[in-house]
Amino acid sequence: MDQPIGGRRSPLNVNWKHLLSPTGNTGDAVFRGLLFISALLMVLIVGAMILALAAKSMPSIRQFGFHFLTSSEWNPVKNEFGALPFIYGTIVSSLIALVISVPLSLGIAIFLVEQAPRQLARPVTFLIELLAAIPSVVYGLWGIFVLAPFLRIHVEPPLQHWLGWLPLFKGPITGIGLLTGGIILAIMVTPIISAVVRDVLAAVPGSQREAALALGATKWETTRVVLVNGAPGIAGAVILGLGRAIGETMAVTMVIGNRAHISASLFESSYTIASVIANEFTEATQDLYLSALVELGLILFLVTFVVNAIARVLVWNVTRKMSGVGNA
Amino acid sequence: MTTLTALCTLVAVGILLIILIYIAMQGIGSLSFRFLVDSPRPVGEGGGIGNAIAGTLVLLGLSAAIGLPFGIAVGVYLSEFGEGKFGSLVRFLTDTLTGIPSIVTGVFVYTIVVVPLKHFSALAGGIALALIMIPIVARTTEEMIRLVPQSLREGALALGAPQWRTTLGVVIPAAASGIATGAMLAIARISGETAPLLFTAFGSRFFSYYLDQPVASLTVQIYNYAISPYDEWHAQAWAATLVLMTLILSINIIVRIFTRKRF
Repeated sequence: MDQPIGGRRSPLNVNWKHLLSPTGNTGDAVFRGLLFISALLMVLIVGAMILALAAKSMPSIRQFGFHFLTSSEWNPVKNEFGALPFIYGTIVSSLIALVISVPLSLGIAIFLVEQAPRQLARPVTFLIELLAAIPSVVYGLWGIFVLAPFLRIHVEPPLQHWLGWLPLFKGPITGIGLLTGGIILAIMVTPIISAVVRDVLAAVPGSQREAALALGATKWETTRVVLVNGAPGIAGAVILGLGRAIGETMAVTMVIGNRAHISASLFESSYTIASVIANEFTEATQDLYLSALVELGLILFLVTFVVNAIARVLVWNVTRKMSGVGNA
Repeated sequence: MTTLTALCTLVAVGILLIILIYIAMQGIGSLSFRFLVDSPRPVGEGGGIGNAIAGTLVLLGLSAAIGLPFGIAVGVYLSEFGEGKFGSLVRFLTDTLTGIPSIVTGVFVYTIVVVPLKHFSALAGGIALALIMIPIVARTTEEMIRLVPQSLREGALALGAPQWRTTLGVVIPAAASGIATGAMLAIARISGETAPLLFTAFGSRFFSYYLDQPVASLTVQIYNYAISPYDEWHAQAWAATLVLMTLILSINIIVRIFTRKRF
C-alpha cells in the first residue's frame, strides 16, 4: 500500500491503475477491470447477435428485399420466401392473447393490491407466479391434449352457432388454430402482465388513495384514481406482455396448426414467425431457405427489442417517479 | 367490483390447478424406476427418459458454469460501478435481453457455434441456455447487492480494506442468499427451455456425455413425443412432464421458503 492518500494525487502518479480505479490499488484495478470486461461483453453479445443474424440473412435480404415482408408465398421447393402469413399469424395470435389477458391481469392486480387482505394476497401472488414458471412445452402438451379438444367440443361449436355470420368464426372446427394459439398465449402472458401491473399499482403513493377517499370517493372510484395514475406503467405492462406473446414459440407451435396461409377465420390453422423457425430450421438444407429463416429470426429480434425497450421505459418512469413522490 | 376482480384471480389460479392436477394424473401412470433410468426404445417396447434426465443435467451444469460467474460479475458491476452512462446502457441492454425470444437465442448460437463446429452439440445448447440465464442472474444480483446497507461498505473501507476486498469479502457474502435465490430461479427457468435447444443441443436417443455431440433433454423429448402419433409416447411425454414439473416446482417452492424469512 504505497499509494498516496486521496487528495494528494498529482498528474505524475496517474498510471494504468488510476485509469481503472480511482483508488489506484492494484487489486482494485484488476477487480474493476474484470467486472468492466464482463459488462462490456454484455454489450458485445447484443451487438454480435445483430451482426450474426444480419450476416446470415444477407442472401435472403438481397434476393427478396422488402418483398419478403409483403409476399405471402412460402415455398421452399420453388425457393420463394415471403413472410406475410407468419407476420399475420403472429399479430393475430398476440392480439387474441392481449384481448383476453389484459382485462384478466388488471382484475388480478387490482384484487391483489387494492382489495385482498395481505394474508390472502401473498399466497395467491405466489400461485400466479407459478403460472409463469410452467415451461412453454408443457403448455403446448396441455394445449394439444386438453385445451384443443375442449375448445373443439365445448367452445367453438357454440361460437360458430351464434356468431358464425362473422368471418372470424367461419370454417372447419378442429380445435387447432389461431384461437387455440391465442388462448394458450393469454394464459402464458397473464402472470407477466399482472406482475408488472401489481408493481405499478403498488408504486402509486398511498397519499393518492387517501386524497380520493377523503374527497368522498367510493372504494371503486379510488381504484380508478390509482389506475389513472399508473396508466403509463400499465401500458408498459401490456406492451411487455405483447413482446412475450410475439416471441413465444413452443406452445404456439404445438397448437396453431403450422400452415402458412392467411385467413380471416380464427378457427383456421396458421403459423407464427417463431413457430416456423422452430419447425423448419433443421429441415432447411438450402442456403436461401436457411437464410430466409434467419431473417425471420432477425425480424423477431428487432421487433421484440423495440417493444421491450418501449415497455421498460414506460414501466421505469412510473415506478421510479412514483416511489420518488412517495418518499418526499 | 370486488367480485369481478376476485373472479379474475380465481380463473388464473383455477387454470394453474387444472394444469398441475392433470399433469400429475396423466404422468403418474407411466412413471416407474425403469422409466427414469432407461433410454428411449421403439414404440411398443417401453423405454424411458434416463438419457434425457442426464442430458438436461449436463446442459444445466454447463450453462450454470458459464452463466453464473458471468451474470454475477455483470450484476456486481452494475450495482457497484454502474452509475454512469455506460452502466445505464448495460442495464438497459440486460433488461431488454431478458425479453428476447429464446428461439432467437437458438438461431444466434446456431450461427456462431453450430455452423463453425459443423454439428449440433451439448456445448452449443449450454451456451444458448447460458445466454438466457446471464441477464436474469445479472439483474437479480444487482438488486440483491443494492439491498446491502451502505454502512457495511463504509465500515469495511474505513478499516482499510481495498474496494475489491470490501466487495468480495463483505458485500457479496451479505447478499449471498439473495444471489443464490436468483441463480436458482434462473436455473428453474432455463430447465424448461425447449426452443433454444432444438437446433443447438438437438436431442439424442442415447446416453451421451460428450460436449461436442448432440445431447438429449427432457424438454425436447417431451416435444418430440407430444407431436408424435403414438399413444404410448404421449403417455411418456406426460410422465416426463411430471418429472420436469417436479424439478421446477421444487426449486420455486424451496426459494419461496428461503425468501419468506428475509422479507
